[in-house]
Amino acid sequence: MPLLKDGEIVDDLWTPLPEDAALTPEGDLIVSLERWLAERDSLQSRNGRLGLRLKSDQSPAQIAEDLSHFDLIALEFPRFGDGRAYSYARLLRERYGFTGELRAVGNVLRDQLFFMLRCGFDAFEIANDNAVAAWREATSEIGLTYQPTGRGGASVGVLRRPVTAGNG
Amino acid sequence: MYRYDEFDLAFVQQRVKQFRGQVERRLSGELSEDEFKPLRLMNGLYLQLHAYMLRVAVPYGTLSSRQMRKLAHIARTYDRGYGHFTTRQNIQYNWPKLEDVPAILDELSSVEMHAIQTSGNCIRNVTADHFAGAAADEIEDPRVYAEIVRQWSSLHPEFTFLPRKFKIAITGAPNDRAAVRFHDIGLQIRRNDAGEVGFEVIVGGGMGRTPSVGTTIRTFLPKQHLLSYLEAVLRVYNQLGRRDNLYKARIKILVQQTGAEAFKDLVEDEWLQIKGGALTLPAEEIARIEDYFAPPAFETLDANQPAFEARRFEDRAFARWVRTNVTAHRAPGYACVTISLKPEGEAPGDASAEQMEVVADLAERFSHDEIRVSHEQNLVLPHVRLSDLAAVWETLEAHGLGTPNAGLVTDIIACPGLDYCNLANARSIPVAQRLTQRFSDLQRQHDIGELKIKISGCINACGHHHVGHIGILGVDKHGEEFYQITLGGSADENAAVGKIIGPAFSYDDVVDAVDTIVATYLELRRDGERFNATLARVGHAPFKDKLYAAA
Repeated sequence: MPLLKDGEIVDDLWTPLPEDAALTPEGDLIVSLERWLAERDSLQSRNGRLGLRLKSDQSPAQIAEDLSHFDLIALEFPRFGDGRAYSYARLLRERYGFTGELRAVGNVLRDQLFFMLRCGFDAFEIANDNAVAAWREATSEIGLTYQPTGRGGASVGVLRRPVTAGNG
Repeated sequence: MYRYDEFDLAFVQQRVKQFRGQVERRLSGELSEDEFKPLRLMNGLYLQLHAYMLRVAVPYGTLSSRQMRKLAHIARTYDRGYGHFTTRQNIQYNWPKLEDVPAILDELSSVEMHAIQTSGNCIRNVTADHFAGAAADEIEDPRVYAEIVRQWSSLHPEFTFLPRKFKIAITGAPNDRAAVRFHDIGLQIRRNDAGEVGFEVIVGGGMGRTPSVGTTIRTFLPKQHLLSYLEAVLRVYNQLGRRDNLYKARIKILVQQTGAEAFKDLVEDEWLQIKGGALTLPAEEIARIEDYFAPPAFETLDANQPAFEARRFEDRAFARWVRTNVTAHRAPGYACVTISLKPEGEAPGDASAEQMEVVADLAERFSHDEIRVSHEQNLVLPHVRLSDLAAVWETLEAHGLGTPNAGLVTDIIACPGLDYCNLANARSIPVAQRLTQRFSDLQRQHDIGELKIKISGCINACGHHHVGHIGILGVDKHGEEFYQITLGGSADENAAVGKIIGPAFSYDDVVDAVDTIVATYLELRRDGERFNATLARVGHAPFKDKLYAAA
């Protein structure tokens, strides 16, 4: 699946670890929550970065304490209409202060990219032949937002406020 | 009224352009109907039994004359010359062509209107009391907060793919005309002991298959926290609401399955985390929006207008209309006028382009340029001088808009039913039409007094049958239309879900059955007693006896 980051198709340096596969000693691995909970010690002693993939019914709240171990979190959209991961993304960024890669995986469509971006996602596995063009359109067609989500530019509420010195 | 600033206008124009692109991709075949569906639904475009249907948002039911004229123009140019006002204070066009929809949206944006979030599993158009800013019993104008919520909810990135649709209603008066206890979130403006104004927050009300009266989870929410509290409720719902079963996906089911107390705790815990953050409403922002809704410059008038009183005394037809369709206004010498869209034999809520223009003209001349759409599918002129009522009434009469039946037995709410909707099991509109014919005698209607009949063509309850004093639900029995009757529902501050009276009636018999119920009520009622009060006193039995005596 092509990986879109910062509006470009990039090489995916991460390897998802299949459920029944043995741990490799090296390399950047993405593991399931179950795997992390069962094998956290051996996962931590590996040589390589660690990513976590959460299903749409697995809230990041349950691993908030563990987040420092991960450089990547992938949130699943099993179908485009399952919007739980939008809340998870905001919690990860705004509440738990996660600064690593936040990747949208699963049923990721062009017309959701802007919402995802605004909730804090910065990487997208997207099955679209024209992913780069789609990204450009999706992130430019609506230039104004009404909600302060911390991502995707200043909201209308902020833009409306009169500019006063020392008040960023 | 609210006016778009440069940001609002640019936002809506960008949105229209975006949808134009999506329609082009659909028409060129780049998008399949399946892929197009979620996109068109986010712009209020449904595919119904015969054609596309476009639902246009009328934010909190408020329209200017200019906007109403545009709605008339769209009806004439792109549809069959009429539009249908809905129970959510919106307007629907039943026959637009897909390729025309971007042009319609362009036309709408020129009068600061749109169709954003009138469908789909997102926060829908926020509704409010149709007498807002005019009602004598109002604490504060709920439209101020409805507009704040409208902006906050517009293309909200976190809440556009909720488990199910989400409806918010706000009322500013203790007499609830916005059915706040039957919404996903109902906000009732309250004054606390300290004299501050805030909101009672009610969640989990709704109709559909599982009708429920909402639960109060907070008795007083200070206004500056409105958006953070809504965000907390929505965030809990977005994460925990059921997604495995379409029919159990509304927030009311989550509230029921979690338990109201536990649900409240979840919301309060979430709220504590975000309270006081970026969503806090500065007093200046509330004041800025309030300015848009500043009351018009009412004249200082005598509450007693002799010419009006004389006309009322001399002209029985006028007096009858005043009795039902004119409501007290907060300013002396003024009144709110309800324009009935329920004339005998017509589809409830329909208005022709010409009628819309008549209403627009009247609003401009007599109602400070304001019109409202009520959730009971009527129109309202909110600020009319008593001395102008006769002129208004005569014009309305001349255009089929003067039916004196607001709140009466023929002021029926009905969903589109089997005639238009692919979910329906039975026809609704023809039942409403036959009832209005049966009860066409105005004297009798006025003798019966306030009585609300509501008709749904299927269990989804778009016709709000659960909250009708008399509710009628169309069901399918072996391919035949039958109608189940419920009694005792109410959508106001005495919120209640009606109870089924007994076996369903056939299409032919349902009108007789309603007639029997009404006759029984008239027989049993005490002086001035409303239908639900009589029912509460005597119970179902006397009605049952009469209805099923022959069987």
